[in-house]
Amino acid sequence: MLYREAGQFKTTYAEDMAIFPIRQDRIALGILLGIAFIGVPLLATFHVWPFAGDYLLWAILLPFLILALAAIGVNILVGYCGQISLGSGAFMAVGAYSAYKSGTGVHIPLAWLGFAISIPPLPVLASILLGGLTAAVVGILFGVPSLRIKGLYLAVATLAAQFFFDWVFLRVPWFTNYAPSGSVNAPALNFFGLVIGTPIERYLLCLTFVTVFAVLAKNLVRGNLGRQWMAIRDMDIAAELIGIRPLYAKLTAFAVSSFIVGVAGALWAFVYLGSWEPLAFSIDRSLQLLFMVIIGGLGSIMGSFVGAAFILILPIMLNLIPTELGVPLSTETITHLEFIIFGSLICYLLIKEPHGFARLISIGKEKLRLWPFPY
Amino acid sequence: MRMPDKSEFLLQVEGVSLTFGGVTALRDVSFDIRKGEIRAIIGPNGAGKTSMLNVINGFYHPNRGAITFKGRTRARMQSFEASRGGIARTFQNVALFKGMSALDNIMAGRTLKMRRGLLWQMLRYGPALAEEIEHRNRVEEIIDFLEIEAIRKVPVARLPYGLQKRVELGRALAMEPDLLLLDEPMAGMNLEEKEDMSRFIIDVSNHYGTTIALIEHDMAVVMDLAHRVVVLDHGVKIADGTPDEVKQNQGVIDAYLGVAH
Repeated sequence: MLYREAGQFKTTYAEDMAIFPIRQDRIALGILLGIAFIGVPLLATFHVWPFAGDYLLWAILLPFLILALAAIGVNILVGYCGQISLGSGAFMAVGAYSAYKSGTGVHIPLAWLGFAISIPPLPVLASILLGGLTAAVVGILFGVPSLRIKGLYLAVATLAAQFFFDWVFLRVPWFTNYAPSGSVNAPALNFFGLVIGTPIERYLLCLTFVTVFAVLAKNLVRGNLGRQWMAIRDMDIAAELIGIRPLYAKLTAFAVSSFIVGVAGALWAFVYLGSWEPLAFSIDRSLQLLFMVIIGGLGSIMGSFVGAAFILILPIMLNLIPTELGVPLSTETITHLEFIIFGSLICYLLIKEPHGFARLISIGKEKLRLWPFPY
Repeated sequence: MRMPDKSEFLLQVEGVSLTFGGVTALRDVSFDIRKGEIRAIIGPNGAGKTSMLNVINGFYHPNRGAITFKGRTRARMQSFEASRGGIARTFQNVALFKGMSALDNIMAGRTLKMRRGLLWQMLRYGPALAEEIEHRNRVEEIIDFLEIEAIRKVPVARLPYGLQKRVELGRALAMEPDLLLLDEPMAGMNLEEKEDMSRFIIDVSNHYGTTIALIEHDMAVVMDLAHRVVVLDHGVKIADGTPDEVKQNQGVIDAYLGVAH
């Protein structure tokens, strides 16, 4: 009964084109942002349940935020532009390693020319954004095949990016600053004199990044460029005949998507992991991101968040529930059960609602608007 | 109905031939379209009508012949030249963007007119927002014109066929074309929907002054709407003239009804 838009008249197109045209949605979003930006840090500062330890912040909220950001990036490419990519992990790695290189100083010895290029370490924020930019350039390069091939074949081409960068960061010691173990440490997180260290600070940093990027991405997908991406996805021939250039539309999708994924990769490395090796960005990560997007909802920014939450939290829940219920299960059994339940849930969900949680939510909203009447 | 300006040609097709491997789709076809007229292309199935439209808007490239559009002669049109030059079209099987709302579909037709770059659109502030609203205004005019206000936010995949055809016409109109190519705009419609669509076509011609080339199988509609008709059969032009002239042409009657052997 509360979810009614009756009486909310829109008198300008700007109001009609708002992200949340219904007042109740705006209030809900405001409350959610309030909880995220003020409530959670307050609770965590005073160690109120469920923030008694750092577990919830470190192990759930931080990875959730960063992977949701990466999922937004993947969703732009796969969900909005319809170009299947299995190389998201590689683009995260490119973001992470180029942020690492620019954060620790780039030194390119050009011995045969008799000099070397040295760039001093950049500030952290600049490194992270530069990581995103590098990923965008690499994304454009690996997006070029999309002009000729589609669907599964394109997925295979992006898979090449995945294996190539796995190899590069493992085998080329220059990228890891010649670390003997192949594992590298992030530079101190110094944002204009503000050093980010505690979990709450890290959480707020990531939350800010995710909020800003989510708004920018949403603006893009509901604007002219977003319509071009979706047109290419839905019917590329008709799109071309109304004047959309496939080259521009596809490559911008690759660039924007890889930029966001690259920034997420840099955050994952710098803020969440702290020290990492190439394994952190393996093919598993690419698949995980793809599942998030498919389960959350292709072509939905909000779906990216829901998908990330589902993929991250479900295994933890499946792990916790038997323990809480006091069912004595061995760790091995729990791990196996987790895989079984997780897999079957995904299958069930995709059969019941192939458009993911985002579609379920919008159907729910439509029903709620009429409730308690069926139509 | 407003009579077209007889002096000026918007498009001239001269000696166009198109083959796919061993199949000849068009053989030495020449005709012209005058500014402001409604030109029908008719013919039995497989006559090469759709191929002709595809040649005009650059989707197919003819093997021989020349196309003169707005005074510029080309051996072949490129699809981006056609869309930038002001040729819009609808498709025989509706080719809408299924995942988008009717409004977004029509807005997509304004792509070429929108100038703000990626960074502005990302911020969606100031000039970018003003541009979006300006084009929304234009699109709403088209929505009003086609009487589809009630369905503007509905995903097109959910719409009935007749409305999808109308949205597709709206998307073509959003391009503000000089030449509008309609490929069977009334295929699969009932009488009432055909009447509606005919009215829209006449209104487009009168209100916007758009030159229209249409393919249609319903002879009553063609004879009522078109100023001039070109008839194709097996890729060859067999008649060209006003509806009355074409109706009396023995070749056309033979092509449609068959010849006794």
